[in-house]
Amino acid sequence: MSDPISALNGARFDGLVQVTEMPPQGMITLRGDLASVAIKNAATGIAGVDMPGQRGVHCVGEKGICWMSPDELLVLCPYAEVGVALASMHKTLGKDHALAVDVSDARAVFQLQGAAVREVIAKLAPVDMDPAQFTPGEIRRTRLAQVPAAFWLREEGLVQVICFRSVAGYVFDLLTGAATPGGEVGVFAAG
Amino acid sequence: MLILTCPCCGIAAEETELHAGGEAHLKRFGPGSSDEDFEGYLFQRENAKGVHFERWRHSSGCGKWFHAARCTTTLEVFGTYPAQTTEPPQDIKDAITAKRPAPRWRDIA
Repeated sequence: MSDPISALNGARFDGLVQVTEMPPQGMITLRGDLASVAIKNAATGIAGVDMPGQRGVHCVGEKGICWMSPDELLVLCPYAEVGVALASMHKTLGKDHALAVDVSDARAVFQLQGAAVREVIAKLAPVDMDPAQFTPGEIRRTRLAQVPAAFWLREEGLVQVICFRSVAGYVFDLLTGAATPGGEVGVFAAG
Repeated sequence: MLILTCPCCGIAAEETELHAGGEAHLKRFGPGSSDEDFEGYLFQRENAKGVHFERWRHSSGCGKWFHAARCTTTLEVFGTYPAQTTEPPQDIKDAITAKRPAPRWRDIA
């Protein structure tokens, strides 16, 4: 069988921050009543992390759970394990009214690394990136310029961005444009 | 710039992250209704100068619909509340009457 290839084949850019397109990441959209035990178990069983609260994200390595909306989670797992994970998820969900779908191939993932990540994101999204307002552990579903995207701080100076695969080229151009040397603003004292 | 707090995800979202959905609290008149009711439901809208109730969708965020009460002249926002209701909650009504003594908006506030 052919190997999975990410949208931009691992494109990289070094500027104010380092922009890297990440290899394929397993992603499962899980929708339903997030208060139900079966849904919680289905998500935490695959990701191996605690259930996040509103707008929370718990992520360890390639696994994690992102809170996307009051009835939607994005469960992250290694790309190769999605098939098995989905099957066990359906088993856990049983007859609960829920939806679990593999969306790995519909998405692209970028990682931004460097001291100026807050500034680069702030140029593109209508989000207050002040260190006091946006902290690691919070995921923000929003837009980057004209397309939907979600991002969170894995740690200070390391941002993970998820967008649709069809707009991966556009998002990469946006991020590299915002990270081009000479475009420093220096608005966030801490980075 | 209009900033509304989405009651579904708690984000103070600015206008460009939202999509306007027109007037709130419309009562649907479907098949079997009188022509006047149906016409009113389809075409008659408030064009308020002042207090207005609107539907908004957090389209670039959590994707949920919610309601907002605001003033169309000053852009003052009286509050946002979940869409699963047929009329504004009492605290929103109180906030409006405190600032606009006699607002007239259909028969709600």
